[in-house]
Parts: sequence; structure tokens; C-alpha cells
Amino acid sequence: MLSVGIEDEEKWLAEGIAGIQHNAFYMHQAMDANSLREGLKYSAQMLSELRTSKLSPHRYYELYMRAFDELRMLEIFFKDESRHGVTVVDLYELVQHAGNILPRLYLLCTVGSVYMKSKEVPAKEVLKDLVEMCRGVQHPIRGLFLRHYLAQVSRDILLDINSEGEGDADTVMEAVEFVLQNFTEMNKLWVRIQLQGPARLREKQEKERSELRDLVGKNLHVLSQIEGVNLEMYKQTVLPRVLEQVVNCKDELAQYYLMECIIQVFPDEYHLQTLETLLGVCPQLQATVDIRMVLSQLMDRLSNYAVSNADVIPEFLHVEAFAKLSNAIGKVIEAQVDMPIVGAITLYVSLLTFTLRVHPDRLDYVDQILGACVKKLSSQPKIEDARATKQIVMLLSAPLEKYNGIVTALTLSNYPRVMDHLDNATNKVMAMVIIQSIMKNNSCISTADKVDVLFELIKGLIKDLEEASVDELDEEDFKEEQNSVARLLHMLHNDDPGEMLKIICTVKKHILCGGPNRLPFTVPPLIFSALNLIRQLQNQDGDVVGEEQHEVGDEAEEMHATPKKIFQILNQLIEALSSVPAPELALRLYLECAEAANDCDLEPVAYEFFTQAFIIYEEDIADSKAQVTAIHLIIGTLQRMNVFGVENRDTLTHKATGYSAKLLKKPDQCRAVYACSHLFWVDDPEGIKDGERVLLCLKRALRIANAAQQMANVTRGSSGPVTLFVEILNKYLYYFEKGNQQITNAAIQGLIELITTELQTDSPSANPAPAPDAFFTSTLRYIQFQKQKGGVMGERYDSINV
Amino acid sequence: MNYLLGAFKPSCNVSIAFSDGKTRKQVPLKKENGQTVLVPLFQSQENITGKITIDPLQGKKVDHNGVKIELLGQIEMYFDRGNFYDFTSLVRELDVPGEIYERKTYPFEFSTVEMPYETYNGVNVRLRYVLKVTISRGYAGSIVEYQDFVVRNYSPLPSINNGIKMEVGIEDCLHIEFEYNKSKYHLKDVIIGKIYFLLVRIKIKNMDLEIRRRESTGSGANTHVETETLAKYELMDGAPVRGESIPVRLFLSPYELTPTHRNINNKFSVKYYLNLVLVDEEDRRYFKQQEITIYRLQETT
Repeated sequence: MLSVGIEDEEKWLAEGIAGIQHNAFYMHQAMDANSLREGLKYSAQMLSELRTSKLSPHRYYELYMRAFDELRMLEIFFKDESRHGVTVVDLYELVQHAGNILPRLYLLCTVGSVYMKSKEVPAKEVLKDLVEMCRGVQHPIRGLFLRHYLAQVSRDILLDINSEGEGDADTVMEAVEFVLQNFTEMNKLWVRIQLQGPARLREKQEKERSELRDLVGKNLHVLSQIEGVNLEMYKQTVLPRVLEQVVNCKDELAQYYLMECIIQVFPDEYHLQTLETLLGVCPQLQATVDIRMVLSQLMDRLSNYAVSNADVIPEFLHVEAFAKLSNAIGKVIEAQVDMPIVGAITLYVSLLTFTLRVHPDRLDYVDQILGACVKKLSSQPKIEDARATKQIVMLLSAPLEKYNGIVTALTLSNYPRVMDHLDNATNKVMAMVIIQSIMKNNSCISTADKVDVLFELIKGLIKDLEEASVDELDEEDFKEEQNSVARLLHMLHNDDPGEMLKIICTVKKHILCGGPNRLPFTVPPLIFSALNLIRQLQNQDGDVVGEEQHEVGDEAEEMHATPKKIFQILNQLIEALSSVPAPELALRLYLECAEAANDCDLEPVAYEFFTQAFIIYEEDIADSKAQVTAIHLIIGTLQRMNVFGVENRDTLTHKATGYSAKLLKKPDQCRAVYACSHLFWVDDPEGIKDGERVLLCLKRALRIANAAQQMANVTRGSSGPVTLFVEILNKYLYYFEKGNQQITNAAIQGLIELITTELQTDSPSANPAPAPDAFFTSTLRYIQFQKQKGGVMGERYDSINV
Repeated sequence: MNYLLGAFKPSCNVSIAFSDGKTRKQVPLKKENGQTVLVPLFQSQENITGKITIDPLQGKKVDHNGVKIELLGQIEMYFDRGNFYDFTSLVRELDVPGEIYERKTYPFEFSTVEMPYETYNGVNVRLRYVLKVTISRGYAGSIVEYQDFVVRNYSPLPSINNGIKMEVGIEDCLHIEFEYNKSKYHLKDVIIGKIYFLLVRIKIKNMDLEIRRRESTGSGANTHVETETLAKYELMDGAPVRGESIPVRLFLSPYELTPTHRNINNKFSVKYYLNLVLVDEEDRRYFKQQEITIYRLQETT
């Protein structure tokens, strides 16, 4: 029957409409002539068109609307007794003489509404009668529309009941009873629309069926509008009855829709007070009903209610909304064994959202939810479902957003346990979310315990998890991740050195598991963080040494922040880098540490760091460019060291000078060597000032520069640039000004002439390098300037001829 | 023979008038020729009084062997046409033989007439009451005039009037329980009831309640039974499910019913039945028939 083509249906609809119009025409004629008998006859004939079984709900509705409009006219006619001369009571009987039930009941409803409005009889009696009589139509679609018509004509009357003041409890009760009954019957009819035929049609039928749902839902809407329905009545009568119907109909579509309807049409306050009843139904629904949507909507509503109206929060506590919701969710999950994990998680997400909005102060609730979630998850193998993991991420992100950071979340014991159930990729995503949240909120993690938990959370980023295949790693992503971790490390801070040390140790413990790929990213920030601590310690109590001695005794029993202790840790950290290997980085870090040790006046420590740096330089830095950089770093650092005794210093400077001279390229050698000169001349009051050795270095640099020049001549046929000479000249000038007695006017004079000669011999060649030329010119100009400036410096410069 | 016809033409007008003809209620009565006329209504034990007026045509006289008026209650079987059976016959002699020259009026009176049966017009049988005025004439043939009237007898409310309740069904197919509030209904009554579906395994399309009239005439081998469906009233549209109960409310007033007549003078009976019919989607009919008694209740005005 339903499988017929659309064209046929259109035809039937057209026929039906034509039939209605035809009979309506005569009906109007009869009404104009005030002929009741004829009017009834034609109206019944008109309504007979609605007896068709051939139309889909959609088209039937169209037909129904036509008839509906006509019935409005008829009602007006009925209302005017002077036109037809029959009392409404008699009319009520008269229309029941019609032989066919459908027209009869439509007419009965029409007259019924007139009857009730006439107030000749208590409305409740008529209502009761009408709703009872409508049982005669058992055909789902026809019945639904008939009852819909009944609901429409009775609506005004129902809503009137109260406003008239005569709404004693009894009358209201009757009205409610009427709506409930009509609702129940309509729902039964709706549920009864059977799905038959092939799957292709089934979908269409399902759609058509769902189009009818509003007819059913309208009743609930009316219920919510009847003023007399107070909380008490809702609790005692309305809700139990509606829910009974919901449960009993055992229909997926209906259950879902009706639950949704209940939640949407009745006031929040009612929901709050009847939470238990409402929730109690959930486990009884069909397994296919999307309960999570239902519950989510409920929780959304309630949380909106709570948010918009802060006064009601105590009420939430009073009714134990959270416990009930949580309980209900548990039961639902328990009852619906087949529910996919994503469903369960979604439920928890909704509950969490609810909790965060309504009870932001109740962290225990949040933890409970996570705990329940863990319980559920642990019964499952690792989650594969992408949607489920997405939900878990949502679950975990929600508290972060709410509490502006991880700090609160870290106190949730179940938080990391939930994360354990994520797959690696998601775990990483989640870890990133956590880090970003920390960054965004600039929140500082200030205890070692929290740090520990935090690292437990983000361990996806900290170390290689089992079964993580390397090939899935994207280089860029990896860098991004590790940089985030690095940034995170700076957020771990406590002003109390002891705690800070603990934090550092904790972090160390974690990052050392990270493997060679991660260490270069994670070690430096930790080191700097530790150095920071050292400096802080130093500022705090100036006399570090004294404290150190004091600390030695109880070092075993507790970690006290002493620079020495920290330096040990630093050493271990940097050593870890050797496994990477990242020699350049390690070298830099050693030097940093050495400098810090210097500041702390810990000569042995500083010496040790330098030793390590030199070892690395010797053993691991083979690239000549890297060597150049490294040697300059070493020199720079060493120059600033003031902690060393003469012997140590000599050893180190000697080494450094030695390395400089052994660089591969001559210019590099030259530059390193003249840089070494600074090792012997520290421009401090107490700094070492060994002018002789400075001169030695510079002379050696000159020799190397010469050699470089010659080499260039030999290999390329032209001497190399004079840059090196100019640079050395500058060094000469520097020491000259600093008052190094070994640097004489004559030496400078000689160098200037040498450069001038070199430039001249160079000039015939095709292209004189402009840069050294300019460099030299400006150097000369500087000398000139100093001479003209006069004063002590001017006098010293006086003898130099340019 | 034409002149003879003229000779037989009634030489006078005879009219019958009831004494309370102006005020007495009149009801329609269908005559043999199909026309409906309004006739006075009586009930048993009433006095039937009136006047007979004989008005000879201008300048004629009427010779007669006597004038009489009869009150007849007749049962007429259509298959035995022309054969009236008079179950009541009352006679009043109005005049001794003589001649009538001018309009003459005779009053008549039948007091507390026993009229146990109601006027009835059925398919095969008719029960009627008639006043018959006969002006007897010798060879010229008597002049006869009829006046029909209708008798209706009212019953008191039955002292016992139990409802009808019954469970019927086809095994494993359909079980219903039906209930009508009474077994005896008056003519303007309403049948209230319920059909309760205990088991439904067939696809029912609709359910009707019919009122059927069974008229049986004659007796023994000559019995004729005629059944008419007077009302067909749809109770339910569509297929019910188990546990559904369908209300019944049928107003009897729109239908042309008569009271139940049981074995009227051993000539005929008229019985009424409620027939509950269920039709399934293959148009198979399932039905159950229950007799109800219909009576005429005195209308209180």
C-alpha cells in the first residue's frame, strides 16, 4: 500500500481535496440557508474524505488541514443557535447519528468544543467523553490526526480553566487527566505505525513517522501550559504517567523524542525536583535510544538554569542533583551492555560539563566522574574508536578550561588514569592541550608532587611509549612537541629552594627517560632552571660556602638545596646528553655551568665543568666550523672566570691556546689566537694582566696571518685580504689603550705600515677588497680621532703616524 | 356497462370524525398505495368516540338496510393477500333500515377498547386498526367507508433489565468481550457499551454495530422470515491491538424501529438484534448477534 508511486499519491490527494471542496461548497450553501440537516450531511461527506488509507502522513496532513479549515466554519455555524435552532445539547447528540465513525468523531469534537464554550456543562465531562469516544479510531494515522484535532479544539478550553478562577483542583486534575489520556492514546497510535516493506522504503517511512511526532508532543506542550499543573501535580501525576507511557511504548523513536520533549517543555525547577523519577526511567529505555543525548540535554538545561540563577544552587545540593545524575549514568551504562564506549564517555563528558558549571567548587565530583570513567575504560581494551578518544580528550580538557589550568586538575587522582587509556597519538594531543593550557594561563606548578603528576600526564611527550613506531613521527610535530615541553619546564617554579630542588629532581627523573631524541630539547631548559635556582640561592644568602658546610651533615636525610648538590645534578644531566650525542650543546651547557660555579666560588666544580667541556671538544667536536665556534665559546667563558687559582687557570688557558693554534684554517687559527690574548688580560681591577703573554699571542696571530697571506699568494696568485691584519691592529689598539706596556707605539706604527704596504701591493690586482679597506680606514680614522681628542690617550697616540 | 357504473356511484358522502380529532395526536401512516397520511393515535383502553356524517348527494336518497360502524383490528399477511384476520371486531348499529334524504349524523362510541397489539407495517405482514362504516343496501351494494387509526401501546420501565456481556472468539485468532448496558431498550434509547479486545491476531479493518429486525410470519411449514438491517453504525476504524477497548454509543432515535413483537396472535413476531461485525483486511466478516428487546416508553412531555 505504501509502496505505490508518488504520482498515484498525488492523484489521490488531489481527489481527496476535490472531494472536500465539493462537499464544503454544499455545506456552505446549507449553512447559508441555515439548514442544519443538510449542513451535517455535507460536512459528514466532506469528512469522509479523511477516511482514506492511501496517503502518506505528509499528504494526509495536507488533506487534514483542508478539512480543518472547513470545520472552523462549521464550528461558527454550530455556535449560533439562532441559525439552526437546535440547542447545543441536542446538537451534541445529533452529530453522533452519523454512521461512519471518523466523520462522526470530527463532528463530535467540533460540537464538543462549542458545547464546552457554552458553559452549559462542565468542560471536564465533555472532555472525558470526547477522549473516550476517540478510541473508536484505531487506525494510526487517522487516529493521530483525529486526536490532534481534539487537542486543537480543546486547547483554549484547557488553558482557560485556570484563568477563570474556577480552577479548583478537581477541574485542573480532570483537564490534566484528559491531556494525559489523549497523549497516551496518541503515543500508542504513533508507535503502532508499523514499519514494513524493504529497507529502502523503511527509511522513508521512518522519516514520515517522525514527522508525526509533533502531533504527540503537542500534548506535553499543552500540559506544560496548563497553569494548574504545579510542582506537586507534576510530581504526583503528570510525570509518572507520561513516563509510564514512555517506558511502556518500547519504541526507540518515541522514547527518545518524548524524553527530549519532557526535558524541553517543563520548567527547570520541576526537573530538579523530580530528577530521580526522570532519571530512573533512563535505564528502562530501549537499548537503541540515544540516552546520552537525552541526559546531555537534561544536564544542559539544569546547568543553564543554575548558571542563570545562582539562587538555586543550594537547591541543587539539596536534591543531590549530582549524585542522582551520576548514579543514573552509571545505571544506564550498566543496563546497556552494548552501548559503545563512546556513548559512555559522552555521558561522562556531559556530566562533567554539568558539574563544572553547577558545582565548580566540587573537585571531588570531578574526580568521581573521572574515576567512574576509568572504571568503565578499564573493562575495555585500549580504545581504538576515534570518536571515543575525541570524547576522552574533551573529558580531560573540560576541567582544564574551567579551572584555568592544570594546577587543579593535578589534584584529581583519576585524571592520569583516564589518560592511560588513550592511545599514544591522542595521549600526545592531550598532553599538548595540557601544556598549552598551562602556557595560556601562565600558571606556575609549584610543588614536586604536582610536577610528578603532571609529568605522568604528559608522559606521552616525555618518553617513547611502548609500541610507538618511530615512522609515524613527523619531524616537525616532534620538534613542536618537544619545544612545548621545554617551555613547560620554565613554568615549574617555586620560590622555596628546597621545593624547587625537588621539582628539578623530579623533572630530571622524568626527562632522563626521554631517550636521545628528546634530551636536546628537554635538558637545556632544566639546566637553566637549575642555574636559576643556584643564582637565587646565591642572592639569598651570599655566603654559600658557609651554608654548604652546614648542609653536608644532613645531606643524606633530605635534599637540601645547595649549589653543590645542584651542580651534581647538572653534571649528570649534561652527561646524559652524551648519549644523544649532542656535543656542541653539551659543551655550551658545561660552560654555562662552569660560569655559574664560578659565580658560586666553587673552583673545583668549575674546573670539572671546564674539563668536561675540553674533553667534549677533543673527543666529539670534529667539524672544523663547530670547533671554531666552540673555541670562541671556551675562550669567552674562560676569560670571565675568576675563581681559578693560577695553576688551574694556566692549565686551562694553555689548553685553550693550544686548541686555538690547532684549528684547521689559518684565518680561524689567527682569530682564535688573538682571542686567546684576552685570557691574559682581564679588564678588572683584580683581573690578571699579563701583558707579555698578550703580546705573545698577538705576535703569534700576526705570524699566522702572515702565513695565511703567503698561502693565499701561493695558491691563488694574489695575497689574501688584509682583514686579519686590521683585526690584529684593533687588538693592539685595545691593549694599547688599556695600558699594556708591552704594546708599544712602534709596534702599532709597524703594523699600520705593514698593512698600508700590503694594501698597496694589493692594489694593482684587479679588485681590491673594499671591506678590509674600509675597516682599515676607519681604524685609522679612530687613531686620528684619539690623537685630536687630546688628553692622556691623545698623548699616547701622539707618536703614532698615520 | 357505463351507465351501470354511474348507477353504482356512491350516492352519498360518508365521513368519520373523531370527537377529539382536533387535539388528538396524529402520526404518519403509510398506506397501501405508498402515500403517507396523518392519522389519529390511540392506545389500548381508550375510548374511541366520534361522529359519522352521511350526506346524500343533491336530490338523491339513500335506501339502506341499516347503518353500522365496526372497529376492526386486522392482521394481513402479504403472501396471503386479501385475507384479513380480525383479532378484534366491535360493532355498533347506528340506524335501523330506512331512507336518508339529507345529511344525517350519528354519534358513536367504543369505550375502553381493548387493543392489545400495536399497529405494525412490516415486510410481510401488516397489523392495522380501522373504523369501518357500512351502509347496507340490498342489491345496490353496501356503501363502506374506512378510517384508519394507529394504536401504540406504552410499556413501563422494565423491572429487570440486565446488561448483555459476553466473551466470544475464534481460538487463537480473535477474542473479544462485548458489553451492552441493557438488554431492553426503548425506542429513543441509547445503547452504551464497550468492546474489549482480548486477543487480536487478525488484521481488522473496521467494526460495525448493526441493528437487525427479524420478522417471522406464519407458523410451522409456512413460516416466512425476513431480516432487515436497519442500522449500520461504524464503531471502530482501523486495527486494534490487544487490550484496547472501544466505546459503543448508539442512539436509537434516528432509526425507524418498532417495539419487539412476540408471537402476535400466533401470526407473526418481530424481533430485534444487535449484530457486532468485524471485518478484516481480506473482507472476511466475523460477527456475533444478540437479541435485544425494544419497547415503547411513555413519553413524558
